[in-house]
Amino acid sequence: MNPSAVVASWLKVTPAGLRAAPGNFWIDPVTPVDRAVITHGHGDHARGGHGSVLATDPTLAIMAERFGAQSGAQAARYGEPITVGDMRVTFVPAGHVLGSAQLVLEYNGLRAVVSGDYKRRRDPTCPPFEVTPCDVFITEATFALPVFCHPDDGGEIARLLHSMRVFPERTHLVGAYALGKAQRVIVLLREAGYSAPIYLHGALAGMCALYRHYGIDLGELRPVAGEPLKALAGQIVLCPPGALSDRWSRRMHEPVTAMASGWMRIRQRAKQRGVELPLVISDHADWNELLQTVREVKPGAVWITHGREEALAHALGVMGVPAQALSLVGYDDENDDDLTGTAPPS
Amino acid sequence: MKAFAALLDQLIYQPSRLGKLRLLADYFATTPDPDRGYGLGALAGTLDIPHAKPAALRELMTTRADPVLFAYSYDYVGDLAETIALMWPGAGANTAPPTLGHIVETLRASSKQAVPGLIAGWLDDLDATGRWALLKLLTGGLRIGVSARLAKTALADWGALDLADIEELWHGYEPPYTEMFAWAEKRGPKPPATGATAFRPFMLSQAIEEQEFAALDPRDFIAEWKWDGIRVQVAGSTGGDGRVFARSGDDISATFPDVIAAARFEAVLDGELLVRGDGFNPAPFADLQQRLNRKAVTRKMIDQYPAFVRVYDILFEKGEDLRGLPWEHRRQRLDAFMATPRDAFDLSPVVAFDTWDALKELRASSRGAGMEGLMLKRRDAPYIAGRPKGPWFKWKRDPLTVDAVLMYAQRGHGKRSSFYSDYTFGVWRDDELVPIGKAYFGFTDAELKQIDTWVRNNTTERFGPVRAVSPGLVLEVAFDAAQRSTRHKSGIALRFPRVSRLRWDKPAAEADLLETVEKLVEG
Ligand SMILES: [Zn+2]
Ligand SMILES: [Zn+2]
Repeated sequence: MNPSAVVASWLKVTPAGLRAAPGNFWIDPVTPVDRAVITHGHGDHARGGHGSVLATDPTLAIMAERFGAQSGAQAARYGEPITVGDMRVTFVPAGHVLGSAQLVLEYNGLRAVVSGDYKRRRDPTCPPFEVTPCDVFITEATFALPVFCHPDDGGEIARLLHSMRVFPERTHLVGAYALGKAQRVIVLLREAGYSAPIYLHGALAGMCALYRHYGIDLGELRPVAGEPLKALAGQIVLCPPGALSDRWSRRMHEPVTAMASGWMRIRQRAKQRGVELPLVISDHADWNELLQTVREVKPGAVWITHGREEALAHALGVMGVPAQALSLVGYDDENDDDLTGTAPPS
Repeated sequence: MKAFAALLDQLIYQPSRLGKLRLLADYFATTPDPDRGYGLGALAGTLDIPHAKPAALRELMTTRADPVLFAYSYDYVGDLAETIALMWPGAGANTAPPTLGHIVETLRASSKQAVPGLIAGWLDDLDATGRWALLKLLTGGLRIGVSARLAKTALADWGALDLADIEELWHGYEPPYTEMFAWAEKRGPKPPATGATAFRPFMLSQAIEEQEFAALDPRDFIAEWKWDGIRVQVAGSTGGDGRVFARSGDDISATFPDVIAAARFEAVLDGELLVRGDGFNPAPFADLQQRLNRKAVTRKMIDQYPAFVRVYDILFEKGEDLRGLPWEHRRQRLDAFMATPRDAFDLSPVVAFDTWDALKELRASSRGAGMEGLMLKRRDAPYIAGRPKGPWFKWKRDPLTVDAVLMYAQRGHGKRSSFYSDYTFGVWRDDELVPIGKAYFGFTDAELKQIDTWVRNNTTERFGPVRAVSPGLVLEVAFDAAQRSTRHKSGIALRFPRVSRLRWDKPAAEADLLETVEKLVEG
C-alpha cells in the first residue's frame, strides 16, 4: 500500500474533525471531544468544552482568555516530541499567530504533518514556519487561488501612514482580527517609526495584554472607551472587522475606514464592505507560498483541509503531487462575509 | 501609468465627492502633460483608443496561466480586468513602467494585429495596480464613480476656472487637452471655442414653492409646460453633421440619428427630447428610456420610438450669438425660425395666464400628456449659463404618493455605510407583497437612525449587505409618475421615488394595493 493510504487508515475525517486513532485524539475539533490537540487559538480551530487539551503554552493561554481555564490542559513546547497513546506528536512553529503550530504525527514509521493555518512571511510576533519533510502533508488552502499574491506588508503600512498625512484631521479606523492581526499591525507600525499611542476597541485589549505577557512590545496602547471624540482626530484606532460597519463606529468623526486582511486584495470585496483603505496584510500563505511550501516539504501526498481546495488540488496534480480535498467543515478563516457584530470571527 | 493607476485605485474606494475632487486636483498638479490630459480624457469618456475585447484578453491570459486556474479565479473574483491583473505572473518589472501617454500613443499608431503583443508586454512591465488600470482602460468604461462632469469640475476647481467656460470649450478639444492645462496653470490664454457645433452650457432653473409667488409680479413672467423628457441642446449643421448634447454636455448624437438627420440648419436650439406617442403627444418617459444609453440604434428602434425635440429657446442663428438678448426677443427669433416646418422638431407653446391663481389651475391640469409641471421665465432675462437666481423657475406638480411596506434594506455608502439606508418597498397583491421601487432619500438623519434600528430588530434574512425584514413598517413614498415596466415583478416602475413620511402609526396590512398603484399609471 502507498504511504498515503496507510496514513488514511489511522488519520480520518470524522464529524468532529480530523481524528488520529493511535493517539485517540481529535485535531482542532469543532465539537467537544475527550482529547483535543489544538494547532492555534483562532476561534474556528480552538473551541471550549473538551475533556483534555494539548497545545502550546500561548495557545492554552489564549483559550483560557476566551473560554476560561481548560480542564486537562497540557502544554507542549516547540520541537519536543510528546507520546500520546501509541504515537508521537511534535509541535513545530507555523508562523501564523502567537503559539501557532504544525503537528508532526509519527506512527509505525510514517509521518504526517498537519499544517494548521500558516504563513511564510516574517512576522515579528511569532516564530517562523519550519519545514518538516513528511509522507503526507495536510495543508490549509485559505488563499489558494493565483489571484492571491500578498504584497510586502511594509508597503501596506506605508500606505496607512501616507493616508494619515493626506487626511491628518481624520481618525484612521483599522479593522483587524483580535488575535494575531491586530498585534502584527501594531508592531509593524512601531517598526515603521510610528510611536504615538494606538487606540483600541475594547474587544482587542485582552489579546494585546496577552501578547505583552509573552514579551511582544506593542508600545503605548489606550482604550477608545472614555476618550473624547476630539482626542481621536488624527489617531489610529484598531477594532475588530465587524465593528467597522457596526453602530460602534459612528462615534468616530469622519473616519478613514481601513481593513487589514488578505481578502482586501479583491477590490469588489473591499468596496462591498465600504472600506476606503484596504490593507492587504494576511496571516496565511499566499498562492505561491502554498506551492513553494509543498515543494520544500516534499510530501508523498497532500491532503487539503479548508479553503479553495479545487484550485490547489489541480495545481498540485499538474506538479505531479497526488492531492485530495478532505472537505472539512467548520473552518472559516478571515472570512468577512459576516459583517456585523463585534465578536472577533477567528 | 503609475500615477493614473494610483488615482483610479484611490478613486474607486473614495466615497465622498470632495475627496474625489481632492484626489483629482492632486493628480493634475503632480502629473506632467500629456499623461494628465489623457487621464482626464479617460475619466471623462473622451479618450479614443482601440478597445480590447474581453475574449481577446481572456485568450491572452491563457497564454500565461493554466486555463483551469484562470476559470476558478475569474469565477471567484467576478471581474475580468481585476482577475487578469491579479493573476498575471510576475510582480511587474517596474524598472521603467510605460507612461499613460506612451501607451495611448503607441496603441493609436499600431495595427490591430500588434495590439495583443503590446498589451502582454505592458502587463509584464506593470505591477498589479498598473495592470488593473491598463485593463480597465482597454475594456472601456472605467466605472469608478467619476462622471464626466465631476472630472471637468475638478479641472475647474484646481485651475480656479469657471466650469461653464470649460463646458463651452470642451467639445472643441481632445485629450491630452494641453491647451486647457496651460490655461489652468496661467501659462497660456483661454483657448478659443471652436466651430458652430460646439456645446454651449445650459441655463438652468430653480424650484419654486407656492408661497414664493407673492413677491413676484405675474406680468414679468411667461409660462411654458415642463415636459417629461430630457433636456437637450441641438447644434444644427447644414452638412448633416449636427450634434445633440445632453445636460451634462455629453454628445449623444450617435444615439439620435433621426434628430441629427432633421437638424440641417444653422442654429443652436434648446428644448426637450421626447418620443412621439399618439398624434403629437409625447409618449411616456419609459418609451424615451428605450432610446437612451444605446451606442447603436436600429431602424426598428427609430420607427417604434421616433424621437423629436420640442424647442423652447434659440441660442445662435447663422453664427449670431443671441444669448445676450432678453427672452422675448429670442422667442420672436425662435417663432420665425420655427415657421418653417421641420421633421423631428416642434415648438413648445407659451402658456398664457394673468394671475398666479390662474397659473395654479393650469398646473393642476398638467398631469398626464407628458407634462410634469410648469416653467416660469422672466420676459427680460438673457440666456445665462448655469443656474442664476431669479430668471427661471420650475414649478413641478404635486407628487403622487403611495403607502408601501418596507421589504428589504441595504447598507449605504460612505458616511452611511453603518446604516441601512437604501430601501426596497412593495405593495400588496392579494396576500403577497410585490416590490415596486427603491428609495434612499427623503428622510432626516434622526429618521434614518430610527429606521436603521427597526431594520436590525426586524430582520428575517440576510444576503451580504442586504436584509429582508418582516412586513411591519409603512413608508409613504412620493413619486412623480408611475409607468409600466417589464423589469419589475409588479409590472410598474416609479419615477423619482422618495420617502415622504414614516407611517409608524399604520399597520402593514393597511398599506396600498397594487391595483391602486396601477390606476396611477399614465399613457
Ligand atoms: Zn487561524
Ligand atoms: Zn483556519
